[in-house]
Amino acid sequence: MVVEVSTSPKINEKLVVRDLSIRFGDKVALRNVNLEVAENEIFGIIGPAGSGKTSFLRAISRMDPFTPNMRIEGEILFDGRDTSKLRNLYAYRRRIGVVFPLPVGLPLSVYQNVAFSPKLRGIRKKSQLDEIVERCLRRAALWDEVKDRLHALGSLLSGGQQQRLTIARALAQDPEILLLDEFSIAVDPVTTMRIEDVLKELREEMTIVLVTNLVQQARRLADRTAFFLTGEMVEVGKTSELFEGQVADKRTQEYIEGRFG
Amino acid sequence: MFEATNRNRWARRNQSLIGALLGFMTFVLILPVLIILGVLVVEGGPAISWEFLFSEPTQGMTAGGVFPALVGTIWLVVVALLASVPLGVAAAIYLSEYASDNWLTRFINLAIINLAGVPSIVHALFGVGAFVLFFNFGTSILAASLTLAVMTLPVVIVATRESLQAVPQAFREACWSMGATRWQTIRKVVLPNSISGILTGVILEVSRTAGETAPIMFTGAAFFLPFLPQGVLDQTMAMSLHLFVISTQVPGVPEHLPYGVALVLIGMVLSMNAISIAFRMYLRGKKKW
Repeated sequence: MVVEVSTSPKINEKLVVRDLSIRFGDKVALRNVNLEVAENEIFGIIGPAGSGKTSFLRAISRMDPFTPNMRIEGEILFDGRDTSKLRNLYAYRRRIGVVFPLPVGLPLSVYQNVAFSPKLRGIRKKSQLDEIVERCLRRAALWDEVKDRLHALGSLLSGGQQQRLTIARALAQDPEILLLDEFSIAVDPVTTMRIEDVLKELREEMTIVLVTNLVQQARRLADRTAFFLTGEMVEVGKTSELFEGQVADKRTQEYIEGRFG
Repeated sequence: MFEATNRNRWARRNQSLIGALLGFMTFVLILPVLIILGVLVVEGGPAISWEFLFSEPTQGMTAGGVFPALVGTIWLVVVALLASVPLGVAAAIYLSEYASDNWLTRFINLAIINLAGVPSIVHALFGVGAFVLFFNFGTSILAASLTLAVMTLPVVIVATRESLQAVPQAFREACWSMGATRWQTIRKVVLPNSISGILTGVILEVSRTAGETAPIMFTGAAFFLPFLPQGVLDQTMAMSLHLFVISTQVPGVPEHLPYGVALVLIGMVLSMNAISIAFRMYLRGKKKW
């Protein structure tokens, strides 16, 4: 076994992924991925459809018990703890916020959407919930648009508003990691930019893994970027370097330049 | 530019022909319902009065009212519901939300479909064997209602499962990803959004239960019993069996009487269906996505 010697000073690693493979029945979705995500960085993942990006996020958030036939091999360390040995996965998932590609406003009021996870944690006091709801909606740049209709249905907001609602909902979990899965796929460009600004601010407080179908979005936001292709991680590197052509694999460059995918 | 070709004209003529044909078929379909209702109202209408509804049969069931049978049917339906709804809804939640797709759940699903296909007379004999004799409930409301409950369980299970599965999977995923357990997800998001479908299934079951004859005739419904039942271990009269009896088993019944009984029975069923439809419309209006 080769011992890797890290040249950069040791940063605090939030997530360490070792030899991760993901299978759905006989189908392999991801093979032998090794990477680290540092605390308070935005870690971008780019790659065409079917490259295993979403499966990777499902593995990080340990959604495998809810997914038929999904099997995770290898290690995922969260703060150095092996997530395959966690006894309380529910508590673990509460520390990870997830934003899905299509906005999923739960069929509850705007207020109840955001208060959902604090309530799961056992917070019952109205004043405390009010405070969390307002703070998270403000962080997600949605407060001004919905403050007068907090008790209207979340699922009746526009697509862009719903996506910010799901971000507010994830923030109400007080997460240590925020996983975003192609959040801008159903959102207009203006809202996309607003959410990107939000993410830049959130970096101060949490670690963000950003799966994106937009190569330029990774360039704008991510500190480091990994390129996934058909179930394998082709390479991972500093975003600035990848986009300046310092790539180890020709396919990365071709994808970044839009020549395939 | 927009002139019709021969092919367009042919397609258009064909289309209206098919529309007319399908409409006619639909009309043929509702014809029996209209005729039944019409005949019942015309023939049985004169028999209906408050006295008919609220007095017992007299003179060897050739006169008087239907009160004991009316009350008996309500007893049977309510007790059957108390048994089948908790059981059926629980089974449906398990099958839809918890069970993984393996040979066992596939077998259970198959069993439920088959249970729905068992003829009611077979259910009746099962009820005699299981509830009347084995559990020793005797011929009683309890035995008859449990037989009805077994018979209608598939309806409750299938209706409940379908309305649970109509709730988008994305809602569940979103809840789970926030650390909610399966049950928290079901209670807070899935059930509130499927309750209208579940209730519809339940009320559908009610209307079916009220009209069944075979499953109750050996298990708890009496030929003639001029008293009201005092508890679930008593026998009772029932509208459906009463109709059968006065139509075929008792000589000298005036002609309007069976029609009147049938009209009351069908009135019960239709009004329950109407309530169900109104309720569903009300809940649909509140639907949240």
